[in-house]
Amino acid sequence: MPKVPKTPAPPLPGPLRESPPRPGSANGNTIAEDAAQAGIAVVDWVDERTSLSGGARWLMFRKVPKGTNWFYTLGSATMFAFLSQAVTGVFLAMYYRPDPAGGAYESIRYVTNDVFLGQFVRGMHKWGSSVMVVLVFLHMGRTFFFGAYKYPRELNWVIGVVLLILTMTMSFTGYLLPFDQRAYWATVVGVNINGTGPLIGPYLSDFLRGGSEFGATTLSRFYAIHMLLVPGALIALIGAHLYLVAKLGTTAPPWQKAEPRAELNEAEV
Amino acid sequence: MADKRSKQKSKYTLDRQIPGAFEGETITRRRFMTGSANAAGIVAASAIVLPALGFAVGPIFKGTVHPWETVGTVDMFPDNNYIPVVITLSPNIGEAGKSTAYVRKYNPAIDTDPYDQSTPYIAISSRCAHVGCPVRWVDASERFICPCHGGVYDLLGRRVGGPPVRPLDRFYTRVVGEDVQLGGRFSVNSELRRFSPRDPGQALDGIGQYLYPSRPSAPKSS
Repeated sequence: MPKVPKTPAPPLPGPLRESPPRPGSANGNTIAEDAAQAGIAVVDWVDERTSLSGGARWLMFRKVPKGTNWFYTLGSATMFAFLSQAVTGVFLAMYYRPDPAGGAYESIRYVTNDVFLGQFVRGMHKWGSSVMVVLVFLHMGRTFFFGAYKYPRELNWVIGVVLLILTMTMSFTGYLLPFDQRAYWATVVGVNINGTGPLIGPYLSDFLRGGSEFGATTLSRFYAIHMLLVPGALIALIGAHLYLVAKLGTTAPPWQKAEPRAELNEAEV
Repeated sequence: MADKRSKQKSKYTLDRQIPGAFEGETITRRRFMTGSANAAGIVAASAIVLPALGFAVGPIFKGTVHPWETVGTVDMFPDNNYIPVVITLSPNIGEAGKSTAYVRKYNPAIDTDPYDQSTPYIAISSRCAHVGCPVRWVDASERFICPCHGGVYDLLGRRVGGPPVRPLDRFYTRVVGEDVQLGGRFSVNSELRRFSPRDPGQALDGIGQYLYPSRPSAPKSS
């Protein structure tokens, strides 16, 4: 079908036409336009001094393979679960007291029963931890079954396994903090399971307890590991994980067949 | 390249034609500066990391002394049944630091093992030798039974069923005046031979005693 040149649009009727700038106004912009300009100016000011926009574009506007589907959101979902844990954890730390002589349990009871929305925030943290573990495994399963761990993404798989171990460490250390009967005995059992490792096991359980018996420092030790040591490592490794995803790109699902480019096909004769 | 190297074998920088070299100098000032800056960095980093590491792992090597604790009088304990007593394993943390021990008088008819000869009372720890749950003495079946994973022990604390890897731990006992006192904990293997206190789950038979060595932090009797 031959292309027909477009005729110009008919002129707008008078009332719909934009009015010319008022005489005496500085640049003839509306307030909204001025506000948008100010925002752009601020972003430009930062970007001129940091060149962040290039990095943001590199990270956000990547090409994704054909066939990308909802399974590819499991990693982001895991990261969101982690962020939720981080935020709720910070607020829980405002009330928590790692005192094994009754103070820890009492502070948790106070958060749950007396603090405004305390039960909700604690519930988010408690259930969110299970959500995160489930999502981690689903994400791992997706990576495995889609073959997304293969060259050149092996290092990202290794980082992911370390992240899995750290997530488990978070679950283990966080479980003690309510300091009720379940928390206490689960930790006793968990520490003793660590102790059954040959040769280094006895020292490992001593390290976890901070001594030969479950003592005054065990709870604060677990608390420090739970909220300072492991989260720091998690954040650093999630950063490395994301960097490699952005650097290497994502894989197409295994059922996606490669389509030969048309111009590479041999001409039929 | 290789030829050039072999020609510059002299250890003196002056001989190696390095600009600004001094007489008798064997290392360039740039190399020396790099090395000393790196060394200073290592010293500074160690000054932070080593104390922090030592602080964190110190408790592994810190020896502890378990004090003697009076748990009752001599006429409280029969020689054919156990009486539960509450003892303090970790002071200052309330209920979490307490544990239960089962105590009875030494009975030459039952306690025939050579390692029991010198002890006036038999005090069995309630800590299961599987993963540390609290066992209880069930009088009707004359067994210690663990609620977690079904470990079962006989009157002497020897395993008769379930997953535990060694008999129940014991405490040293002594009599002071009319008082029965419990001291430090010790572990026993299946022949009731004594070992320094181990954590639950650590076998003491055969190769087990070498796989799970005694720790410096294991509490000793005072």
